[in-house]
Amino acid sequence: MEISSINPILLLASLIVAATPLLLAAIGELVVEKSGVLNLGVEGMMITGAICGFAISVNTGSPVLGLLAAAVGGATLSLLFAVLTQFALANQVASGLALTLFGLGLSALLGQGYQGVKPPAFPHVDLPILSKIPVLGPILFTQDFVVYLAFFLTLGTWAVLKYTRAGLILRAVGENHDAAHALGYKVVRIRVMAILFGGACAGLGGAYISLIRVPQWTEGMTAGIGWIALALVVFASWKPWRVLLGACLFGGVNVLQLNLQAAGVAIPVEYLAMSPYLITILVLVIMSADRSGAPASLGRSFHASN
Amino acid sequence: MLRLEKRPQPSQAWTYATPLLAVILTMLAGGALFAFLGKDPLEAIRTIFWDPLFSEFAFYYRPQLLVKGAPLVLIAIGLSLGFRAGIWNIGAEGQYIMGAICGAGVALAFYPLEAWWIFPLMVVAGAFGGLIWAMIPAVLKVRFGTNEILVSLMLVYVAEQFLASMSLGLLKNPQGYGFPGSRNLQQYDSAHNADLIDGSGMHWGVVAALIAVIFAYILLKRHLLGFHIRLTGEAPRAARFAGVNPSRLILFCLGTSGALAGLAGLFEVAGPSGQITIDFNVGYGFTAIIVAFLGRLHPVGILMAGALMALTYIGGDIAQSKMGLPSAAIQLFQGMLLFFLLAVDVLTNFRIKPAKKEVA
Amino acid sequence: MTGTLLSIRGLTKAYPGVVANSDVSFDIREGEVHALLGENGAGKSTLVKMIYGLVKPDTGTMTLRGAPYAPAEPRVARASGVAMVFQHFSLFEALNVAENIALGMEHPPKMRDLAARIKEVSETYGLPLDPYRTVGDLSAGERQRVEIIRCLLQDPRLLIMDEPTSVLTPQEVEILFRTLRKLTSEGVAILYISHKLEEIRALCESATILRLGKKVGTCVPREVSAREMAEMMVGSSLHVPERKGGDLGPILLELNDLSVKSPSEFGTSLKNITLKVRSGEVLGLGGVAGNGQDELLAALSGEILTAPGAVVMEGQPIGTLGPTARRRMGLLTAPEERLGHAAAPDMSLTENALLTGSVRQGLEKNGFLKWGKTREFAEAIIKRFDVRTPGPGNAARSLSGGNLQKFVIGREVMQLPIVLVVNQPTWGVDAAAAASIRQALLDLAAGGTAVIVISQDLDELMEISDHFGALNEGRLSDIRPAHGLSVDEIGLMMGGAHGMEDAHV
Repeated sequence: MEISSINPILLLASLIVAATPLLLAAIGELVVEKSGVLNLGVEGMMITGAICGFAISVNTGSPVLGLLAAAVGGATLSLLFAVLTQFALANQVASGLALTLFGLGLSALLGQGYQGVKPPAFPHVDLPILSKIPVLGPILFTQDFVVYLAFFLTLGTWAVLKYTRAGLILRAVGENHDAAHALGYKVVRIRVMAILFGGACAGLGGAYISLIRVPQWTEGMTAGIGWIALALVVFASWKPWRVLLGACLFGGVNVLQLNLQAAGVAIPVEYLAMSPYLITILVLVIMSADRSGAPASLGRSFHASN
Repeated sequence: MLRLEKRPQPSQAWTYATPLLAVILTMLAGGALFAFLGKDPLEAIRTIFWDPLFSEFAFYYRPQLLVKGAPLVLIAIGLSLGFRAGIWNIGAEGQYIMGAICGAGVALAFYPLEAWWIFPLMVVAGAFGGLIWAMIPAVLKVRFGTNEILVSLMLVYVAEQFLASMSLGLLKNPQGYGFPGSRNLQQYDSAHNADLIDGSGMHWGVVAALIAVIFAYILLKRHLLGFHIRLTGEAPRAARFAGVNPSRLILFCLGTSGALAGLAGLFEVAGPSGQITIDFNVGYGFTAIIVAFLGRLHPVGILMAGALMALTYIGGDIAQSKMGLPSAAIQLFQGMLLFFLLAVDVLTNFRIKPAKKEVA
Repeated sequence: MTGTLLSIRGLTKAYPGVVANSDVSFDIREGEVHALLGENGAGKSTLVKMIYGLVKPDTGTMTLRGAPYAPAEPRVARASGVAMVFQHFSLFEALNVAENIALGMEHPPKMRDLAARIKEVSETYGLPLDPYRTVGDLSAGERQRVEIIRCLLQDPRLLIMDEPTSVLTPQEVEILFRTLRKLTSEGVAILYISHKLEEIRALCESATILRLGKKVGTCVPREVSAREMAEMMVGSSLHVPERKGGDLGPILLELNDLSVKSPSEFGTSLKNITLKVRSGEVLGLGGVAGNGQDELLAALSGEILTAPGAVVMEGQPIGTLGPTARRRMGLLTAPEERLGHAAAPDMSLTENALLTGSVRQGLEKNGFLKWGKTREFAEAIIKRFDVRTPGPGNAARSLSGGNLQKFVIGREVMQLPIVLVVNQPTWGVDAAAAASIRQALLDLAAGGTAVIVISQDLDELMEISDHFGALNEGRLSDIRPAHGLSVDEIGLMMGGAHGMEDAHV
């Protein structure tokens, strides 16, 4: 095959598919971090969501139930993190790592017997009229509904954070939890809810990989996407639209390297496969100077002393 | 409801008791898990924790304890220095791989030359490989303020791809009938990290791990640098006030942990594993994180935690073959241990009291 | 307008090991300014937290305008007309003024309407504010305005103010007082917490005095002297530090045109600071919080490095030397923040003694630590400075603020510095401990050390300084002999009203 055999429209359409799980997980983590909590367990929650969603949709035959189960699975796992960090006041970095290690083990255990099984197919939704637009139509408007959901989740998160009182309170808690507490806001409750939201989003993102993008179940199949999602939040300076941009960028890199692999270019497969991770590092280096959007209380434990 | 009340100072008793409590809780929860999987929980626990040490085949398993424990302790000691200072190297797995590749690369470059200096040179190369790999996040953090957690982790995936490339390409055994993987170093005397006493499991990696424990102990207890490491973790501003150079500390902690992880990889590839293959790494770099926390970031604690974790690896293998317990169950079991440890750790710094109805 | 607004009966609150309040009772009338007076640790904060619903009393009752009042949370307190301006502002630096104010309201109007209301109310009360500015960029006085406006927008009946003037220049205090008088003329009662007695005499109609959690007296501040109130507060007569005026020796430390960018986003950069201190001199540097005090200390301690010649010690340029090298030369410092900066909270006092003592006390050799000697050093500090603790093995955080401050200052004093720089040496410290710390600083100067005291407590500076200067937005005023300076002059050196409009009340 030649590079010219890569169809740009199909490439861009699959870019969207590759970007969606990243976008879901990163938007969830953005909300968590805006509340002042650093949950490094995204990878663990994603893989748990991936297997929960997979198992339920295989057993019920319903992809939608599968997605729901994935969200519930991710949120349940994140509840463990919430208990550790918000009630037992454990170190957030260590707890996040624990969540990832635990999630990888849990998913491997749950996933026994699902290797090689094919999940029920996921319907595509061709948006009327819009899907007929040349070029843009096939890229943007003939996707499955999770793609649209992810987009509206981004839109919603942006609007809530920027324009609503709930968003203002969330940002305030992440900015200065002592002050928020002094004003009478329930810091712990708000953070637990944010963590659960983040878990549900990560779970959805994981299920998108196992149900739609791949679609099948293999152990450790998220392969670092959860970690890239974490990097994406830094890249985006905690701004939702930049998360979307970043997800597309990473999705693009990933799709491009896969296509180049398939096209058999002269670069060895392993080096192409490294590229998303190397680019993540590069982006982190470039973006690290800008911490303007970083919540001031990020990663600090809160305990109302008296 | 319960509420937490901060102790005026950390409780000594709970510092020692929490890891034990966490192990007990994990056994209970793990037992429930095994029962849920349809296995006899008591037998499973006995198979994992008792049989490797005291069953009739224990003579075979006991050396394994050293073989599995050494890399865990070696890596965890390095990680614990950084963790104490709030510097999070979670890419030890990648540094372990790079150490192995560099060490094995040196050996294969000289094959089939037999000379006494080959093994020492491999040790240096192994440490160097891990060091370089860890210096990437260190330098990026010092220079650009990049988050070392994410960078070190990304480098694990890069190292895994590099490992695949090496075992399929440059380091592939030319006489291996096209199978991926390098020559077996166990059959290359100058490069072989053999048991020091035959059949004991006691190879150079075990010696290195013990030396690392002793050095870390002296560093943390008796040396100004160790004091500065602890101070940085407890109160970063106070550390700068005391004259600690944060950049130098980041380079030291990440560099040391990388070198130790690289050494662990080298001793593994030259000894128990013998060759570079695609699936050479088995997750020691990640399990070592659990070992470091379980040992409460204390060198002696890490030694004990490493032994315990090695036990669950071996016991898990036995349980897998004897009782059909899935290997993932053991992985989950290890994850649980870290969870419980973090959860009960709160007792060290807080008292739990029944809540009077109060606005919290 | 003179009915009882809030009546407090028998409030008691105990924490493990301390009784914060014991059977406290008093009344606040409508339209009065009621002072709550007491030393640090007397239980003032706990008492107002109970009134504001942040802490629930163990026993006792409150009545607000005749109805039982037991707020379960601040929300309820605010709904009942009780508002509070905190000492350490509960503000969000990254958010703007309007957002900050909205967070303190139950049912805030739309942002645009709120902004208009903020402008209106702030101008009515002579505290002009731009609703769209980011709070992190505001001065301490402006931040306080945000807090006050936040309260005023809720039409409070009772306004609680915790040490409101500690962040203001004398001129700004005057503006604040005019605002408060306007409020009381409208019937609002103010519970005014302070330990500045002259202020209380100028502003308050009645005062309740707390000591060790108990009410020890009431008075009408205008009818008693500051000294009498002070003695009620402390429970004994006060020891005033003595100074033996001596001749000043050679110049030990010079700053030449020192400019430093603040390392933190909302910090204050230092601009062209020039000063000299001589052997035996105490140089007092005043100024409102957040005008470069932390940065100046960091530039002196070596935490921030500068051009070599910007900091000169005994003729040697040391701007590029780190903290350890400077300690070796005899330049010692004690930062304002005790827990986390001057001391590590979870480490023992022995370890904290090592923190700055390792070089000058010879507590290490080739990097290897001498724990025995370190412990002796810690014990010596504890003994000489009367630090109340079971022993040097106890964690720093287990000490009370005053005791830890004595330890931190003592640690530097015992190392016989050539130049000593302290920031807020008696902040949050009870009167007896404060007096002993000041005495130690004076003794040190008498022995030939050059001492720089950075403080927001003007009374303290006037008491111990030979020369006085003030920091304002990172610049240093002219340095003048402290003796004979008037409050007005000091206020102008501190930046006057910071260009804020005077109150149109």
